[in-house]
Amino acid sequence: MQQRQPDLTPDSPAVVDRRRFLHRAAGGCVAMAGVLPAQAQFRVEISGIGAAQVPVAIARFRDEDKAPNPVSQIVRADLERSGLFKLVPTAPDNLDETSRPVFTEWRSRNADALAAGTVTRLADGRYDLRYRLWDVVKGTELIAQSVAVPKEDLRLAAHRIADDIYQKLTGERGVFSTRIAYVSKGVGRYTLFVADADGEGSRSALNSAQPIISPAWSPEGNELAYVSFETGKPVVYVQDVLNGRRRTVAEFRGSNSAPAFSPDGAQLAVTLTKDGNSELYAMSRRGDNVRRLTTASGIDTEAAWSADGKSIYFVSDRGGGPQVYRMSASGGNAERVTFSGNYNISPALSPDGRYLAYINRNGGNQFRLQLMDLNSGTVTALTDTNDDESPSFAPNSRLIIYASRAGGRDLLMTTTLDGLIKARLSPPQADVREPVWGPYGR
Amino acid sequence: MSPILNGRTLLLTAFSAAVLTLTGCASNTRVDPPAPVDNRLAPIAAPNANAGAGATTGQAPQSTVTPVDVTGNDAAANGNGRVVYFDFDSFVVKEDYRGVVEGNARRLSADRKRRVMIEGHTDERGGREYNLALGQRRAEAVAKSLTLLGVQDGQVEAVSFGKEKPAVAGSNEAAWAKNRRAELKDR
Repeated sequence: MQQRQPDLTPDSPAVVDRRRFLHRAAGGCVAMAGVLPAQAQFRVEISGIGAAQVPVAIARFRDEDKAPNPVSQIVRADLERSGLFKLVPTAPDNLDETSRPVFTEWRSRNADALAAGTVTRLADGRYDLRYRLWDVVKGTELIAQSVAVPKEDLRLAAHRIADDIYQKLTGERGVFSTRIAYVSKGVGRYTLFVADADGEGSRSALNSAQPIISPAWSPEGNELAYVSFETGKPVVYVQDVLNGRRRTVAEFRGSNSAPAFSPDGAQLAVTLTKDGNSELYAMSRRGDNVRRLTTASGIDTEAAWSADGKSIYFVSDRGGGPQVYRMSASGGNAERVTFSGNYNISPALSPDGRYLAYINRNGGNQFRLQLMDLNSGTVTALTDTNDDESPSFAPNSRLIIYASRAGGRDLLMTTTLDGLIKARLSPPQADVREPVWGPYGR
Repeated sequence: MSPILNGRTLLLTAFSAAVLTLTGCASNTRVDPPAPVDNRLAPIAAPNANAGAGATTGQAPQSTVTPVDVTGNDAAANGNGRVVYFDFDSFVVKEDYRGVVEGNARRLSADRKRRVMIEGHTDERGGREYNLALGQRRAEAVAKSLTLLGVQDGQVEAVSFGKEKPAVAGSNEAAWAKNRRAELKDR
């Protein structure tokens, strides 16, 4: 390994015997590469070789083919995309939550955990989901749950099952039931979409004939700020996702862009040019009480709040090319944060406060996702692609979603923080960009 | 760990082991006859208190997104040929465009009620927000050259589209050169 890797080992795995788990990893039997057939039909392409992965088997849920969404496939793809699990093949096992699995057999298949369940359509149209998760090493039950949901929330329920399994097996909170927002570009049409964290189940939030850029979630996950050009110039709006009500928060003379909610949700940082240059301002969430934060000559833009809300990271070309700087959230002196290369933009801070992700343009005019460990200053290149944009952290700080380009198409990717497991999300729209990962809760 | 069935799992494990001994672990078919398995299952909790009990009571789905359609609000007029082009990474209004600037300055000075929007644009390379700021610089450079010729501040507004509205498609220098521009549009 030529570069330092962030430690991705779970802090407190609830089940998996740690010695056995590590022994298996050290034994080198966790190689996983290329597109896995089980997920290919689900249109999630995963590549890379994971470091230490928990081998887990998720059986097909009984009668899931009679429901509108393939529950167990959603769960499997979620777990795999996290980079922390190796999926053990299950078909054609005939299991459900009432089964008593033969643990020794699952152990011989090298599974550490097994889940099985049932999907049942209820008389009122809802779907009942029930499942169990077993520790097949210890031969114990870990989860036994049921839930009934309207069919619109079936995918959500599947993601919550994946979250529960993830948390039980890693000791950390999963992010599969969170949402993302992104923008698709069609012919003369731009659409802001909200989708599940796997890129599926997309629903349009805004349709426009003019560009839409820079969506940003409120910390509660109920509102999206974004920049829309629908009036012939960039204006910042905030829209309630559930009911579609929106308000104009920044429509000053010139351009209005790059909104970012403060972690407490009380403020928005924006870039305004009303005073003759791209400068950072803070305002209330409603758009009043506007205060200027930067005064340097040159461009200041792309504000990103630190997790504690005390600092704002941003991009400035005050020193020549664009670099990431940090200042107090109330403005004042800024210190430079990125030093490698002459073009570093689009800062994103991990919610745990440990990492800065950003985009670097290298000498070959390639734009690549970078990760800086804020304690050590160590920088890791996470990709070898050429057109990365717009990184955004998952709320558990374990994954980054970003835009990239392949075959002349804009697409969305996720990566683990060690860069080892990447997944291409495949929403149905062709050209997709500007991804941003929403908070916990829905 | 699971709050339920703790006592039973021990039994199950012992039972499974006994069955395995008898059957020699030859198949993965379900154990027969099945002892009654406790089917009390804990509900999946909605993680967000705001979400209420919607997940379990069949109220409004939590995945609802209400769309807004503003495609009818297309306020961006077509260009009318008043375009200033820029060199790579530059916001200097070149001598070549003196005619464009002076012509528009005369037009605006002759009619103080006339106003123009100056839209700055960049080529496709680089980040969207940073390019928005670079396009703004180009628009402001043109606005400045107009006001230096007597046009009033209130008659011009410099805005940017960054790399969002290229004039021509293509990922080559010929296309990029046509996209690094500022367009003057009456409003």
